[in-house]
Amino acid sequence: MGKIITDEMIDYVSILAKLNLSDSEKKAAGKDMERMLEYIDMLNELNTDGVEPMTHIFPISNVFREDREENGDSREKMLENAPEARDGMYRVPKTVEQ
Amino acid sequence: MSRQYETVIGLEVHVELATQTKIFCACSTAFGGEPNTHTCPVCTGMPGALPVLNKKVVEYAMAVGLATNCKITRHCKFDRKNYFYPDNPQNYQISQLYAPICRNGYVEIETESGSKKIGIHEIHMEEDAGKLIHDEWEDCSLVDYNRSGVPLIEIVSEPDMRSAEEVIAYLDKLRLIIQYLGASDCRLQEGSMRADVNLSVREAGAREFGTRTEMKNLNSFKAIARAIEGERARQIELLEEGKQVVQETRRWDDNKEASHAMRSKEDARDYRYFPEPDLPPVDISEEWIEEVRSRQPELRTEKLLRYQKEFGIPQYDAELLTESRKMAELFEAAAAICGNPKKVSNWLMVDTMRLLKENGQEPEELNISPEYLAKLVELTDSGAINSSVARKVFRHIFYENMDPEKYIEEKGLKTVNDESALRETIKRILEENPKSVSDYRNGKEKALGFLVGQTMKEMKGKANPEMVNRILKELLQ
Repeated sequence: MGKIITDEMIDYVSILAKLNLSDSEKKAAGKDMERMLEYIDMLNELNTDGVEPMTHIFPISNVFREDREENGDSREKMLENAPEARDGMYRVPKTVEQ
Repeated sequence: MSRQYETVIGLEVHVELATQTKIFCACSTAFGGEPNTHTCPVCTGMPGALPVLNKKVVEYAMAVGLATNCKITRHCKFDRKNYFYPDNPQNYQISQLYAPICRNGYVEIETESGSKKIGIHEIHMEEDAGKLIHDEWEDCSLVDYNRSGVPLIEIVSEPDMRSAEEVIAYLDKLRLIIQYLGASDCRLQEGSMRADVNLSVREAGAREFGTRTEMKNLNSFKAIARAIEGERARQIELLEEGKQVVQETRRWDDNKEASHAMRSKEDARDYRYFPEPDLPPVDISEEWIEEVRSRQPELRTEKLLRYQKEFGIPQYDAELLTESRKMAELFEAAAAICGNPKKVSNWLMVDTMRLLKENGQEPEELNISPEYLAKLVELTDSGAINSSVARKVFRHIFYENMDPEKYIEEKGLKTVNDESALRETIKRILEENPKSVSDYRNGKEKALGFLVGQTMKEMKGKANPEMVNRILKELLQ
């Protein structure tokens, strides 16, 4: 089986994942992904003709909530999860979409 | 320029739904709360938190779909759209790609050149993102997740529009449908309705579409019209110079009346959609569709016809009255109470419209009780107040939603119908103005107007004008 995961693909995926990988990390990641794909390829050996794609394991549907407000103000508690907070808001590195 | 170009436009319209709570959690959707006071583990993307779908969102989406002639998807699902940006704490937005709730609809628009069908490709449900505030002094951004998880529907049109005029007519049509359904207040300025414009140009008669761009940040009808004109001109210029249009997202700057390409964040748009594992699918039965259909209120098009037929309101007036749901409701309620739709219509068409315009307000902001408007009509009809007093009283109804009866009582504005008292006043005025009296008797009709004016002034505007006229003429004979 030829190489599926090219260097360009690793670069592209790391951009999407916002990861800065060193050359050796890229190499290792490439190897890992290669192995994952090989494993997944095993599934292709199965004949799935006429089998409907499954997106959920449980045969349930229509799980709803009524439109009723039940959550109060739990800002203080929520902000405990923030790496940094200021003025009741989550403080993050500057991001300006231009 | 010798070649003729045609503009091809499709729209993506986001509408914030008028639910009490968010799409996947029981947090409030109310506007104006302190930052992050309407948040919980679900809408801040905490690991392990599970979304549960708000039923009302599905019903609003179905209602909009039915009103725009869409086919409702019987087995519908959610998908994850992956992207990294701090307005989105989960690093994905729950949306619908593969099985959106509505498909293949259309709305009919009216423009100067007649009526036209604009196709609706699909309507899907999704969640809104949080709000980022970029700090001016410190090198950081601050995030408020109150809007995170607020339910949206995205209405994707077919590329059926050919001009700014058609785009505005289409948006206005959607706005009216959705407002009448009560599914959203659809306010462009406040962001509860947002439109992205996909535009390309091609030589007239060409069959293939040109390369399109997507324009964002359009928050008024005027901005949309200007952006369309600007982008059309920009693309034609490129083509005339022998260059190519690049498929990209552009941000419209309405102050500069120009757009610029948004930096393609090093990568193409690759959202790596996949089926949302945390939400089971939604099965929509025929019965459920019928139930939603049976609850659909009367929409604008039907009201327009009914006002003309039932109340004898001219078409132009009926169009204005139904321009907003608020106005139409006020009209119908007040007309039902006083039984005089024409007079109610008159107050709305003339005085209300003028005051709204003076104050730069939208009809949706009206705060007038139909009872008070009906009372005003009755008070004028019965002659209890004259029309100039009524105008004055109306201003108080408009600004303070004041009970007209109470106001008239308090200010003593009731028309004086006491004929003998009025007669005495008029006698005195005639004695004080002998010149006008002789002028009138010598055939100068205008002198009568002056004497009426003097009488009204003396009566502080409260006299019944018909009575004044009658007594004056009688005494002058």
